Amino acid sequence: MTDMWTDGNSLGGPLREVFCADLTAATGRCAGCGRTGQLAEGRAFDHAAGVVLRCPGCGQPLLRMVRGPGRTWLDLRGLEYIEIASPG
Amino acid sequence: MGIVSPGFSGRRRSKANLPPGQYLVHDFPVLSAGPTPRAGLDGWEFRITTESGRVHAWDWAAFRALPAEDITVDLHCVTKWSKLGTSWRGVSLDTLMDGVETSAGFALARAVGDYTANLPLADLLDGKAWIAFRYDGADLPAEHGGPARLLVPHLYLWKSAKWVRGVELLDHDEPGFWESLGYHNYGDPWREQRYWGD
Amino acid sequence: MARAAVLGRLSWLVARLADIRDETATARTLILEVPGWPGHLPGQHIDVRLTAEDGYSTQRSYSIASAPAGSRLELTIQLLDDGEVSPYLAQVLSRGDPLELRGPVGGYFVWHPADPAPVLLIGGGSGVVPLMAMVRTRIASGSQAPMRLIYSTRSRDTLLYAAELERIAAGGSGLSVDVVYTRSAPPGTGGRTGRLDGDRLAALAGPQDAGVACFVCGPTGFVESIADLLTSRGMDPRQVRTERFGPSGGN
Repeated sequence: MTDMWTDGNSLGGPLREVFCADLTAATGRCAGCGRTGQLAEGRAFDHAAGVVLRCPGCGQPLLRMVRGPGRTWLDLRGLEYIEIASPG
Repeated sequence: MGIVSPGFSGRRRSKANLPPGQYLVHDFPVLSAGPTPRAGLDGWEFRITTESGRVHAWDWAAFRALPAEDITVDLHCVTKWSKLGTSWRGVSLDTLMDGVETSAGFALARAVGDYTANLPLADLLDGKAWIAFRYDGADLPAEHGGPARLLVPHLYLWKSAKWVRGVELLDHDEPGFWESLGYHNYGDPWREQRYWGD
Repeated sequence: MARAAVLGRLSWLVARLADIRDETATARTLILEVPGWPGHLPGQHIDVRLTAEDGYSTQRSYSIASAPAGSRLELTIQLLDDGEVSPYLAQVLSRGDPLELRGPVGGYFVWHPADPAPVLLIGGGSGVVPLMAMVRTRIASGSQAPMRLIYSTRSRDTLLYAAELERIAAGGSGLSVDVVYTRSAPPGTGGRTGRLDGDRLAALAGPQDAGVACFVCGPTGFVESIADLLTSRGMDPRQVRTERFGPSGGN
Protein backbone atom coordinates (compact mmCIF):
# COMPACT_ATOMS: atom_id res chain seq x y z
CA MET A 1 0.00 0.00 0.00
CA THR A 2 1.38 3.39 -0.90
CA ASP A 3 1.64 6.10 1.71
CA MET A 4 -0.73 9.02 1.47
CA TRP A 5 1.56 11.77 0.28
CA THR A 6 1.82 13.87 -2.87
CA ASP A 7 4.52 16.19 -4.13
CA GLY A 8 4.99 19.49 -2.34
CA ASN A 9 3.66 20.96 -5.65
CA SER A 10 0.20 20.39 -4.21
CA LEU A 11 0.80 22.98 -1.46
CA GLY A 12 1.07 25.78 -4.01
CA GLY A 13 -2.52 26.92 -3.58
CA PRO A 14 -2.74 26.67 0.23
CA LEU A 15 0.57 28.49 0.70
CA ARG A 16 -0.55 31.19 -1.72
CA GLU A 17 -3.44 31.88 0.65
CA VAL A 18 -0.85 33.01 3.18
CA PHE A 19 2.13 34.24 1.24
CA CYS A 20 2.13 36.40 -1.86
CA ALA A 21 4.74 34.09 -3.32
CA ASP A 22 4.81 30.62 -4.80
CA LEU A 23 6.83 28.82 -2.16
CA THR A 24 6.79 25.50 -3.95
CA ALA A 25 9.61 26.68 -6.20
CA ALA A 26 11.52 28.28 -3.31
CA THR A 27 14.67 26.59 -2.10
CA GLY A 28 14.99 25.60 1.54
CA ARG A 29 17.42 23.81 3.83
CA CYS A 30 16.19 21.05 6.09
CA ALA A 31 16.94 21.81 9.73
CA GLY A 32 17.14 18.08 10.36
CA CYS A 33 19.65 16.79 7.83
CA GLY A 34 20.85 19.89 5.98
CA ARG A 35 19.51 18.80 2.59
CA THR A 36 18.70 21.71 0.31
CA GLY A 37 16.05 21.50 -2.38
CA GLN A 38 12.88 23.04 -3.67
CA LEU A 39 9.82 22.72 -1.46
CA ALA A 40 7.94 21.09 -4.34
CA GLU A 41 10.29 18.12 -3.93
CA GLY A 42 9.09 17.55 -0.38
CA ARG A 43 6.48 14.97 0.55
CA ALA A 44 3.20 16.62 1.48
CA PHE A 45 1.15 14.51 3.88
CA ASP A 46 -2.09 16.37 3.40
CA HIS A 47 -4.58 13.64 4.22
CA ALA A 48 -4.39 14.60 7.87
CA ALA A 49 -5.74 17.10 10.37
CA GLY A 50 -3.26 19.55 8.86
CA VAL A 51 -0.48 19.40 6.30
CA VAL A 52 3.03 18.14 7.02
CA LEU A 53 5.65 18.70 4.33
CA ARG A 54 8.47 16.25 5.02
CA CYS A 55 12.05 16.28 3.83
CA PRO A 56 12.47 13.67 1.06
CA GLY A 57 15.86 12.85 2.56
CA CYS A 58 15.39 12.39 6.30
CA GLY A 59 11.58 12.50 6.67
CA GLN A 60 11.51 15.31 9.22
CA PRO A 61 8.82 17.97 8.91
CA LEU A 62 10.02 20.96 6.87
CA LEU A 63 6.83 22.82 7.55
CA ARG A 64 3.47 22.11 9.18
CA MET A 65 0.27 23.95 8.45
CA VAL A 66 -3.19 24.02 10.02
CA ARG A 67 -5.99 25.99 8.38
CA GLY A 68 -8.74 27.03 10.75
CA PRO A 69 -11.72 29.24 9.96
CA GLY A 70 -10.33 32.68 9.20
CA ARG A 71 -6.72 31.90 10.16
CA THR A 72 -3.81 29.63 9.35
CA TRP A 73 -1.06 28.38 11.65
CA LEU A 74 2.37 27.65 10.23
CA ASP A 75 5.36 26.00 11.82
CA LEU A 76 8.45 26.63 9.72
CA ARG A 77 11.02 25.45 12.26
CA GLY A 78 11.94 22.52 10.05
CA LEU A 79 13.45 24.92 7.51
CA GLU A 80 16.67 26.70 8.36
CA TYR A 81 15.89 29.21 5.64
CA ILE A 82 13.83 29.69 2.50
CA GLU A 83 15.22 31.43 -0.58
CA ILE A 84 12.66 33.10 -2.82
CA ALA A 85 13.53 34.86 -6.08
CA SER A 86 12.53 38.49 -6.40
CA PRO A 87 10.62 39.50 -9.51
CA GLY A 88 12.28 41.30 -12.39
CA MET B 1 -18.62 30.21 1.80
CA GLY B 2 -18.06 29.65 -1.92
CA ILE B 3 -20.75 29.80 -4.58
CA VAL B 4 -23.01 26.77 -4.62
CA SER B 5 -22.06 24.26 -7.32
CA PRO B 6 -25.32 23.29 -9.06
CA GLY B 7 -26.10 19.62 -8.58
CA PHE B 8 -23.21 18.88 -6.21
CA SER B 9 -23.91 17.04 -3.01
CA GLY B 10 -20.64 15.29 -2.24
CA ARG B 11 -20.48 11.88 -0.66
CA ARG B 12 -23.69 10.70 0.95
CA ARG B 13 -24.13 12.58 4.18
CA SER B 14 -26.85 12.80 6.80
CA LYS B 15 -27.20 14.55 10.11
CA ALA B 16 -28.07 11.52 12.30
CA ASN B 17 -27.17 12.11 15.94
CA LEU B 18 -23.84 13.76 15.35
CA PRO B 19 -21.77 16.35 17.12
CA PRO B 20 -22.08 19.85 15.64
CA GLY B 21 -20.51 20.33 12.21
CA GLN B 22 -19.98 16.63 11.54
CA TYR B 23 -21.24 14.50 8.65
CA LEU B 24 -21.74 10.76 8.54
CA VAL B 25 -19.49 8.45 6.50
CA HIS B 26 -19.73 4.74 5.83
CA ASP B 27 -16.16 4.16 4.70
CA PHE B 28 -13.20 4.63 7.05
CA PRO B 29 -11.01 7.49 5.80
CA VAL B 30 -7.29 7.11 6.30
CA LEU B 31 -5.51 10.20 7.59
CA SER B 32 -1.85 10.38 8.48
CA ALA B 33 0.73 13.07 9.21
CA GLY B 34 3.55 10.83 8.10
CA PRO B 35 4.51 7.57 6.45
CA THR B 36 2.84 4.37 7.67
CA PRO B 37 5.24 2.46 9.91
CA ARG B 38 5.79 -1.10 8.74
CA ALA B 39 7.77 -2.49 11.67
CA GLY B 40 6.64 -5.93 12.77
CA LEU B 41 5.77 -7.19 16.22
CA ASP B 42 9.29 -8.23 17.20
CA GLY B 43 10.45 -4.88 18.50
CA TRP B 44 7.00 -3.67 19.53
CA GLU B 45 6.73 -2.24 23.01
CA PHE B 46 4.19 -0.21 24.94
CA ARG B 47 5.51 1.82 27.84
CA ILE B 48 3.91 3.86 30.56
CA THR B 49 6.44 6.26 32.03
CA THR B 50 5.49 8.01 35.26
CA GLU B 51 6.36 11.57 36.26
CA SER B 52 9.14 10.20 38.44
CA GLY B 53 10.68 8.30 35.54
CA ARG B 54 9.46 4.83 36.49
CA VAL B 55 8.80 2.72 33.40
CA HIS B 56 6.18 -0.03 33.00
CA ALA B 57 6.66 -1.87 29.71
CA TRP B 58 4.97 -4.66 27.77
CA ASP B 59 6.24 -6.46 24.72
CA TRP B 60 3.64 -7.85 22.30
CA ALA B 61 3.29 -11.18 24.10
CA ALA B 62 2.86 -9.54 27.50
CA PHE B 63 0.42 -7.03 26.07
CA ARG B 64 -1.70 -9.70 24.42
CA ALA B 65 -1.75 -11.72 27.62
CA LEU B 66 -3.65 -8.90 29.34
CA PRO B 67 -7.45 -9.07 29.56
CA ALA B 68 -9.01 -7.34 26.55
CA GLU B 69 -12.49 -6.04 25.76
CA ASP B 70 -14.74 -5.84 22.73
CA ILE B 71 -16.23 -2.38 22.38
CA THR B 72 -18.43 -0.53 19.92
CA VAL B 73 -17.87 3.20 19.68
CA ASP B 74 -18.50 6.23 17.48
CA LEU B 75 -15.56 8.06 15.90
CA HIS B 76 -15.49 11.81 15.27
CA CYS B 77 -12.66 13.28 13.23
CA VAL B 78 -11.87 16.99 13.38
CA THR B 79 -11.91 17.00 9.57
CA LYS B 80 -15.69 16.64 10.03
CA TRP B 81 -16.42 13.01 9.26
CA SER B 82 -18.03 10.74 11.83
CA LYS B 83 -18.31 6.97 11.64
CA LEU B 84 -20.78 5.37 14.00
CA GLY B 85 -20.87 1.94 15.59
CA THR B 86 -17.27 0.87 14.97
CA SER B 87 -16.14 -2.38 16.58
CA TRP B 88 -12.77 -2.75 18.24
CA ARG B 89 -10.95 -5.06 20.58
CA GLY B 90 -8.40 -3.59 22.96
CA VAL B 91 -6.87 -3.44 26.40
CA SER B 92 -8.38 -0.78 28.62
CA LEU B 93 -6.01 1.89 29.96
CA ASP B 94 -7.53 1.05 33.35
CA THR B 95 -5.96 -2.41 33.02
CA LEU B 96 -2.59 -1.01 31.94
CA MET B 97 -2.61 1.66 34.65
CA ASP B 98 -3.47 -0.83 37.36
CA GLY B 99 -0.41 -0.94 39.57
CA VAL B 100 1.10 2.25 38.20
CA GLU B 101 1.81 4.71 40.99
CA THR B 102 1.31 8.27 39.94
CA SER B 103 -0.02 11.63 41.01
CA ALA B 104 0.32 13.10 37.55
CA GLY B 105 -2.59 15.00 36.06
CA PHE B 106 -1.54 14.91 32.41
CA ALA B 107 -0.64 12.39 29.76
CA LEU B 108 1.18 12.50 26.45
CA ALA B 109 0.68 9.63 24.03
CA ARG B 110 3.68 8.92 21.82
CA ALA B 111 3.64 7.04 18.55
CA VAL B 112 6.27 5.71 16.17
CA GLY B 113 7.82 8.69 14.39
CA ASP B 114 7.13 12.17 15.68
CA TYR B 115 3.41 12.07 16.44
CA THR B 116 2.16 12.87 19.92
CA ALA B 117 -1.21 13.78 21.46
CA ASN B 118 -1.85 15.18 24.93
CA LEU B 119 -4.86 14.82 27.23
CA PRO B 120 -5.67 14.91 30.94
CA LEU B 121 -4.87 11.57 32.59
CA ALA B 122 -8.47 11.44 33.79
CA ASP B 123 -9.58 11.17 30.16
CA LEU B 124 -7.66 7.92 29.76
CA LEU B 125 -9.29 6.25 32.79
CA ASP B 126 -12.67 4.94 33.95
CA GLY B 127 -13.52 3.08 30.81
CA LYS B 128 -12.79 5.92 28.41
CA ALA B 129 -9.70 4.66 26.57
CA TRP B 130 -8.09 1.55 25.11
CA ILE B 131 -5.01 0.35 23.33
CA ALA B 132 -6.83 -1.27 20.44
CA PHE B 133 -5.38 -4.07 18.30
CA ARG B 134 -8.39 -5.39 16.38
CA TYR B 135 -10.91 -3.51 14.25
CA ASP B 136 -14.08 -4.87 12.68
CA GLY B 137 -13.22 -8.48 13.42
CA ALA B 138 -9.66 -8.52 12.09
CA ASP B 139 -6.17 -7.47 13.15
CA LEU B 140 -5.88 -3.70 13.04
CA PRO B 141 -4.45 -2.82 9.60
CA ALA B 142 -1.30 -0.70 9.46
CA GLU B 143 -3.10 2.14 7.67
CA HIS B 144 -5.50 2.46 10.62
CA GLY B 145 -2.77 2.33 13.23
CA GLY B 146 -1.88 -1.35 13.50
CA PRO B 147 -0.50 -3.29 15.25
CA ALA B 148 -1.99 -1.12 18.03
CA ARG B 149 -3.34 2.38 18.46
CA LEU B 150 -4.75 4.49 21.23
CA LEU B 151 -8.52 4.81 21.11
CA VAL B 152 -10.18 7.67 23.05
CA PRO B 153 -13.58 8.00 21.34
CA HIS B 154 -15.02 10.78 23.48
CA LEU B 155 -12.46 13.20 22.00
CA TYR B 156 -11.73 14.07 18.37
CA LEU B 157 -9.95 11.21 16.65
CA TRP B 158 -6.58 12.97 16.34
CA LYS B 159 -6.11 12.23 20.04
CA SER B 160 -6.35 8.49 19.29
CA ALA B 161 -2.73 8.17 18.27
CA LYS B 162 -2.09 5.49 15.65
CA TRP B 163 0.99 3.28 16.01
CA VAL B 164 1.10 4.16 19.70
CA ARG B 165 4.20 3.11 21.62
CA GLY B 166 3.62 4.64 25.02
CA VAL B 167 2.07 7.15 27.35
CA GLU B 168 4.06 9.59 29.45
CA LEU B 169 2.49 10.74 32.69
CA LEU B 170 3.36 14.36 33.41
CA ASP B 171 2.90 16.98 36.08
CA HIS B 172 2.40 19.64 33.43
CA ASP B 173 0.43 19.71 30.21
CA GLU B 174 2.57 19.20 27.10
CA PRO B 175 0.74 20.08 23.86
CA GLY B 176 1.13 17.38 21.23
CA PHE B 177 1.77 17.41 17.49
CA TRP B 178 -1.44 19.16 16.43
CA GLU B 179 -2.28 20.83 19.74
CA SER B 180 0.87 22.90 19.39
CA LEU B 181 -0.21 24.23 15.99
CA GLY B 182 -3.79 25.47 16.35
CA TYR B 183 -5.81 22.42 17.27
CA HIS B 184 -7.73 22.62 20.54
CA ASN B 185 -5.89 21.41 23.60
CA TYR B 186 -8.82 19.24 24.82
CA GLY B 187 -10.92 18.47 21.71
CA ASP B 188 -14.48 17.64 22.82
CA PRO B 189 -16.53 17.07 19.64
CA TRP B 190 -19.82 17.79 21.42
CA ARG B 191 -18.64 21.28 22.30
CA GLU B 192 -17.03 21.57 18.85
CA GLN B 193 -13.58 22.24 20.28
CA ARG B 194 -11.60 22.05 17.05
CA TYR B 195 -9.16 24.99 17.26
CA TRP B 196 -7.51 27.28 19.81
CA GLY B 197 -10.05 29.65 21.21
CA ASP B 198 -13.07 27.47 20.43
CA MET C 1 18.04 28.22 -8.94
CA ALA C 2 15.16 29.52 -6.87
CA ARG C 3 12.59 30.79 -9.33
CA ALA C 4 9.66 31.36 -6.99
CA ALA C 5 8.19 34.65 -8.17
CA VAL C 6 6.60 37.13 -5.81
CA LEU C 7 3.00 37.34 -6.95
CA GLY C 8 -0.31 38.81 -5.94
CA ARG C 9 -2.70 37.24 -3.51
CA LEU C 10 -4.53 34.26 -4.93
CA SER C 11 -8.30 34.46 -4.91
CA TRP C 12 -11.19 32.30 -6.06
CA LEU C 13 -12.53 33.05 -9.53
CA VAL C 14 -15.87 31.93 -10.97
CA ALA C 15 -15.42 30.17 -14.29
CA ARG C 16 -18.25 29.04 -16.60
CA LEU C 17 -18.32 25.77 -18.49
CA ALA C 18 -18.34 26.75 -22.15
CA ASP C 19 -18.02 23.34 -23.77
CA ILE C 20 -17.22 19.69 -23.19
CA ARG C 21 -15.14 17.32 -25.27
CA ASP C 22 -15.15 13.55 -24.76
CA GLU C 23 -11.66 12.10 -24.72
CA THR C 24 -12.40 8.47 -23.85
CA ALA C 25 -15.35 6.57 -22.40
CA THR C 26 -14.25 7.71 -18.94
CA ALA C 27 -12.50 11.02 -19.53
CA ARG C 28 -13.77 14.40 -20.64
CA THR C 29 -12.16 17.73 -21.25
CA LEU C 30 -13.92 20.75 -19.78
CA ILE C 31 -13.49 24.00 -21.70
CA LEU C 32 -13.87 26.87 -19.27
CA GLU C 33 -14.20 30.61 -19.68
CA VAL C 34 -12.52 32.35 -16.76
CA PRO C 35 -13.09 36.10 -16.51
CA GLY C 36 -10.03 37.67 -14.96
CA TRP C 37 -7.73 34.78 -15.80
CA PRO C 38 -4.15 36.08 -15.47
CA GLY C 39 -2.60 33.58 -17.84
CA HIS C 40 -0.48 30.55 -17.00
CA LEU C 41 2.56 28.50 -17.83
CA PRO C 42 2.21 24.89 -19.00
CA GLY C 43 2.62 22.50 -16.09
CA GLN C 44 0.76 24.67 -13.63
CA HIS C 45 -2.45 23.54 -11.99
CA ILE C 46 -5.61 25.04 -10.59
CA ASP C 47 -7.56 24.22 -7.44
CA VAL C 48 -11.28 23.62 -7.93
CA ARG C 49 -13.76 24.18 -5.09
CA LEU C 50 -17.23 22.61 -4.99
CA THR C 51 -19.83 23.69 -2.45
CA ALA C 52 -23.11 21.91 -1.70
CA GLU C 53 -26.23 23.77 -0.63
CA ASP C 54 -25.70 22.92 3.02
CA GLY C 55 -22.28 24.54 2.95
CA TYR C 56 -20.25 21.33 2.68
CA SER C 57 -17.32 21.98 0.42
CA THR C 58 -14.32 20.16 -0.94
CA GLN C 59 -11.34 21.03 -3.15
CA ARG C 60 -9.19 19.21 -5.67
CA SER C 61 -6.25 20.16 -7.85
CA TYR C 62 -6.26 19.66 -11.63
CA SER C 63 -3.44 20.27 -14.07
CA ILE C 64 -4.21 22.75 -16.81
CA ALA C 65 -4.37 20.85 -20.12
CA SER C 66 -4.31 23.80 -22.52
CA ALA C 67 -1.75 26.26 -23.80
CA PRO C 68 -2.31 29.85 -22.67
CA ALA C 69 -5.29 31.27 -24.59
CA GLY C 70 -6.63 34.44 -23.04
CA SER C 71 -9.39 33.67 -20.58
CA ARG C 72 -9.93 30.09 -21.78
CA LEU C 73 -8.76 27.05 -19.82
CA GLU C 74 -9.09 23.35 -20.46
CA LEU C 75 -9.08 20.64 -17.82
CA THR C 76 -9.14 16.92 -18.59
CA ILE C 77 -11.09 15.00 -15.96
CA GLN C 78 -10.60 11.27 -15.51
CA LEU C 79 -13.76 9.76 -14.06
CA LEU C 80 -13.04 7.65 -10.97
CA ASP C 81 -15.74 5.21 -9.79
CA ASP C 82 -15.33 6.06 -6.15
CA GLY C 83 -14.41 9.67 -6.70
CA GLU C 84 -16.29 12.49 -5.04
CA VAL C 85 -15.39 15.32 -7.39
CA SER C 86 -14.65 13.65 -10.73
CA PRO C 87 -18.18 12.26 -11.21
CA TYR C 88 -19.55 15.77 -10.67
CA LEU C 89 -17.13 17.40 -13.07
CA ALA C 90 -17.32 14.70 -15.74
CA GLN C 91 -21.04 13.92 -15.59
CA VAL C 92 -23.07 16.60 -13.81
CA LEU C 93 -21.50 19.98 -14.52
CA SER C 94 -23.30 21.36 -17.58
CA ARG C 95 -22.66 24.07 -20.13
CA GLY C 96 -23.26 27.44 -18.54
CA ASP C 97 -22.75 26.21 -14.95
CA PRO C 98 -20.32 28.08 -12.70
CA LEU C 99 -17.18 26.47 -11.31
CA GLU C 100 -14.99 28.07 -8.66
CA LEU C 101 -11.27 27.79 -9.20
CA ARG C 102 -8.05 29.53 -8.24
CA GLY C 103 -4.70 29.66 -9.94
CA PRO C 104 -2.49 29.26 -11.70
CA VAL C 105 -0.49 27.45 -9.06
CA GLY C 106 3.00 26.07 -9.28
CA GLY C 107 6.41 27.43 -10.16
CA TYR C 108 8.38 24.22 -10.04
CA PHE C 109 6.78 21.84 -12.53
CA VAL C 110 6.59 24.36 -15.37
CA TRP C 111 8.09 24.75 -18.83
CA HIS C 112 8.92 28.21 -20.12
CA PRO C 113 8.35 28.48 -23.88
CA ALA C 114 11.32 30.82 -24.24
CA ASP C 115 13.66 28.09 -22.93
CA PRO C 116 15.55 26.63 -25.92
CA ALA C 117 16.79 23.52 -24.10
CA PRO C 118 15.58 20.14 -25.33
CA VAL C 119 12.68 18.68 -23.36
CA LEU C 120 11.81 15.10 -22.48
CA LEU C 121 8.26 14.52 -21.23
CA ILE C 122 7.23 11.19 -19.70
CA GLY C 123 3.63 10.72 -18.60
CA GLY C 124 1.69 7.81 -17.16
CA GLY C 125 -2.10 7.70 -17.43
CA SER C 126 -3.63 11.06 -16.55
CA GLY C 127 -0.08 12.29 -15.87
CA VAL C 128 -0.02 13.21 -19.55
CA VAL C 129 -2.33 16.17 -18.92
CA PRO C 130 0.22 18.81 -17.79
CA LEU C 131 2.67 17.45 -20.36
CA MET C 132 0.07 17.97 -23.07
CA ALA C 133 -0.14 21.60 -21.97
CA MET C 134 3.60 21.81 -22.60
CA VAL C 135 3.28 20.20 -26.05
CA ARG C 136 0.42 22.50 -26.99
CA THR C 137 2.32 25.55 -25.75
CA ARG C 138 5.38 24.60 -27.78
CA ILE C 139 3.25 24.47 -30.89
CA ALA C 140 1.34 27.67 -30.16
CA SER C 141 4.44 29.66 -29.25
CA GLY C 142 6.51 28.64 -32.27
CA SER C 143 9.28 27.37 -30.00
CA GLN C 144 11.86 25.22 -31.78
CA ALA C 145 13.10 23.50 -28.62
CA PRO C 146 13.34 19.78 -29.41
CA MET C 147 10.54 18.09 -27.45
CA ARG C 148 9.76 14.41 -27.03
CA LEU C 149 6.67 13.00 -25.31
CA ILE C 150 6.61 9.42 -24.08
CA TYR C 151 3.09 8.54 -22.92
CA SER C 152 2.31 5.29 -21.15
CA THR C 153 -1.33 4.16 -21.07
CA ARG C 154 -3.20 0.88 -20.76
CA SER C 155 -4.80 0.64 -24.18
CA ARG C 156 -6.28 2.62 -27.07
CA ASP C 157 -9.46 2.93 -24.99
CA THR C 158 -7.65 4.88 -22.29
CA LEU C 159 -5.53 7.00 -24.64
CA LEU C 160 -6.21 10.71 -24.14
CA TYR C 161 -5.91 13.22 -27.00
CA ALA C 162 -5.69 10.37 -29.51
CA ALA C 163 -6.43 12.25 -32.73
CA GLU C 164 -4.32 15.24 -31.76
CA LEU C 165 -1.33 13.07 -30.85
CA GLU C 166 -1.57 11.24 -34.15
CA ARG C 167 -1.45 14.54 -36.02
CA ILE C 168 1.49 15.73 -33.95
CA ALA C 169 3.39 12.46 -34.37
CA ALA C 170 3.05 12.78 -38.12
CA GLY C 171 4.09 16.42 -38.10
CA GLY C 172 7.77 16.26 -37.22
CA SER C 173 9.49 19.64 -36.74
CA GLY C 174 11.35 18.71 -33.60
CA LEU C 175 8.30 17.42 -31.72
CA SER C 176 7.94 13.66 -31.37
CA VAL C 177 5.41 11.45 -29.64
CA ASP C 178 5.66 7.80 -28.57
CA VAL C 179 2.79 5.94 -26.95
CA VAL C 180 3.57 2.88 -24.85
CA TYR C 181 0.60 0.55 -24.33
CA THR C 182 0.88 -1.46 -21.15
CA ARG C 183 -2.11 -3.82 -21.50
CA SER C 184 -3.21 -4.06 -25.13
CA ALA C 185 -1.81 -2.43 -28.21
CA PRO C 186 -3.98 -1.44 -31.16
CA PRO C 187 -3.40 -3.01 -34.56
CA GLY C 188 -0.65 -1.36 -36.57
CA THR C 189 1.58 -0.58 -33.60
CA GLY C 190 3.48 -3.85 -33.65
CA GLY C 191 1.38 -5.32 -30.83
CA ARG C 192 4.05 -4.67 -28.23
CA THR C 193 2.76 -4.19 -24.69
CA GLY C 194 4.27 -4.00 -21.29
CA ARG C 195 5.39 -1.41 -18.81
CA LEU C 196 7.88 1.25 -19.67
CA ASP C 197 11.07 -0.38 -18.47
CA GLY C 198 14.68 0.72 -18.66
CA ASP C 199 15.43 -0.73 -22.08
CA ARG C 200 12.24 0.58 -23.67
CA LEU C 201 12.82 3.99 -22.12
CA ALA C 202 16.40 4.13 -23.35
CA ALA C 203 15.31 3.11 -26.84
CA LEU C 204 12.58 5.76 -26.97
CA ALA C 205 14.30 8.59 -25.19
CA GLY C 206 17.63 8.18 -26.89
CA PRO C 207 20.86 9.59 -25.53
CA GLN C 208 20.27 12.44 -23.12
CA ASP C 209 22.72 15.26 -22.89
CA ALA C 210 23.35 17.36 -19.83
CA GLY C 211 21.10 20.16 -21.00
CA VAL C 212 17.82 18.29 -21.39
CA ALA C 213 14.92 19.29 -19.14
CA CYS C 214 12.89 16.27 -18.11
CA PHE C 215 9.34 16.28 -16.73
CA VAL C 216 7.75 13.09 -15.36
CA CYS C 217 4.12 12.96 -14.25
CA GLY C 218 1.61 10.32 -13.24
CA PRO C 219 0.75 8.00 -10.35
CA THR C 220 3.36 7.89 -7.62
CA GLY C 221 4.60 4.39 -8.43
CA PHE C 222 5.07 5.23 -12.11
CA VAL C 223 6.90 8.47 -11.42
CA GLU C 224 9.26 6.90 -8.91
CA SER C 225 10.20 4.02 -11.19
CA ILE C 226 10.79 6.32 -14.17
CA ALA C 227 12.80 8.79 -12.10
CA ASP C 228 14.93 5.91 -10.80
CA LEU C 229 15.51 4.60 -14.31
CA LEU C 230 16.57 8.01 -15.56
CA THR C 231 18.98 8.72 -12.73
CA SER C 232 20.41 5.21 -12.75
CA ARG C 233 21.29 5.76 -16.39
CA GLY C 234 23.24 8.87 -15.59
CA MET C 235 20.76 11.74 -15.65
CA ASP C 236 21.39 14.34 -12.98
CA PRO C 237 18.42 14.21 -10.57
CA ARG C 238 18.23 17.99 -10.71
CA GLN C 239 17.34 17.77 -14.42
CA VAL C 240 14.26 15.69 -13.61
CA ARG C 241 11.14 17.43 -12.36
CA THR C 242 8.35 15.25 -11.10
CA GLU C 243 4.70 15.57 -10.28
CA ARG C 244 3.08 12.66 -8.48
CA PHE C 245 -0.69 12.40 -8.47
CA GLY C 246 -0.80 10.12 -5.44
CA PRO C 247 -1.34 6.38 -5.17
CA SER C 248 -4.30 6.11 -7.52
CA GLY C 249 -3.27 8.96 -9.74
CA GLY C 250 -6.48 10.96 -9.50
CA ASN C 251 -9.57 12.21 -7.68
